[in-house]
Amino acid sequence: MKVVIPIPERRVHEIKGPKQVHAILKELGLVSESVIVIWGENLLTPDVTVPDEAEIEVRPAISGG
Amino acid sequence: MKCRKCGQPAVVALKRHNTAFCREHYLEFFYGQVDRAVKAYRMFARDDRILVAVSGGKDSLALWDVLLATGYQADGLYIDLGIAGYSERSKEKVVAFARARGAGLRVVSVREKYGLGIRELARQARRAACSVCGLHKRYFFNREAMEGGYNVVATGHNLDDEAATLLGNLLNWNTGYLARQAPLLEASAPNLVRKVKPLYRLTEKEIASYAVLRRIDYIVEECPMAVGARSILYKHLLNRLEEVSPGTKARFLFGFLEKGREAFAAGEEEVQLKACAICGQPTTADICSRCRTLRRAGVKL
Repeated sequence: MKVVIPIPERRVHEIKGPKQVHAILKELGLVSESVIVIWGENLLTPDVTVPDEAEIEVRPAISGG
Repeated sequence: MKCRKCGQPAVVALKRHNTAFCREHYLEFFYGQVDRAVKAYRMFARDDRILVAVSGGKDSLALWDVLLATGYQADGLYIDLGIAGYSERSKEKVVAFARARGAGLRVVSVREKYGLGIRELARQARRAACSVCGLHKRYFFNREAMEGGYNVVATGHNLDDEAATLLGNLLNWNTGYLARQAPLLEASAPNLVRKVKPLYRLTEKEIASYAVLRRIDYIVEECPMAVGARSILYKHLLNRLEEVSPGTKARFLFGFLEKGREAFAAGEEEVQLKACAICGQPTTADICSRCRTLRRAGVKL
């Protein structure tokens, strides 16, 4: 699957699916409290299994200032 | 995961509440948290005119959306900081949001007013950009609210913002700031407007989830001036703790508000505010910090 992280610079990771959201975040070294995971127009909970052909966005939720 | 209320597939999991919700019941939860905050601090009433400080980011647009969706009289205030590229993109989001909802929007341009953007102002005044930005935002919030006849200014500060600020203030024992950190700041002078933070009970992840579920088109990119900000480091650290022990951030902040803040407030001497000799806004000195910064930057007042 493709995992797009839009900021700070857009990065695209290739991860072997199917895989649950929490495992994807763990593989990427991300803390789930700091991001939301979007597939199309839907939000994904940690237990959702993402198929290999999917493209998902992992969007950081932390902002500064 | 299933929604706790209806058993349908959940779209948001809330570890700190040990629950999960479908879209409909998540929005209900979200509105409930805002309502609880507004009532707990008597932030505003239905007949108040609210000015929402909007940046184009998820927090401020979500706040404006909630207030409009729940029937409050809420207009937006966008401050164009003159940050090349970023300000144009964030302003577009705000203007589109207001237009789509037929909501009132006030726009102030720092560059039009001073001939310099916030980055140049900070550089010429030899001060940190976020500090100069904060000074000017507070000035414009107050001035625009007074001029527009608004009773209250609402900002999108959330649980993570407040917890990170609290951690920073504790690490440095900023007792004055600790005494004043609260979801409501009453107008302490005749020409000051009350300021409120109705999202203080909600985390950034919860607000980002709300924004996506409500199809709010917000600016995802970070303000370039905030890169490397200490507050972001504190947020990451608190989220690491939250991951291990869900609810840590809420316990930290709400516990301070319920049990800790009073002690700091009791130790503070009441400050006497007077009108700035240049701009007339309340200050403890003869000339306010904003006007002093502008002078240092070479701006004629």
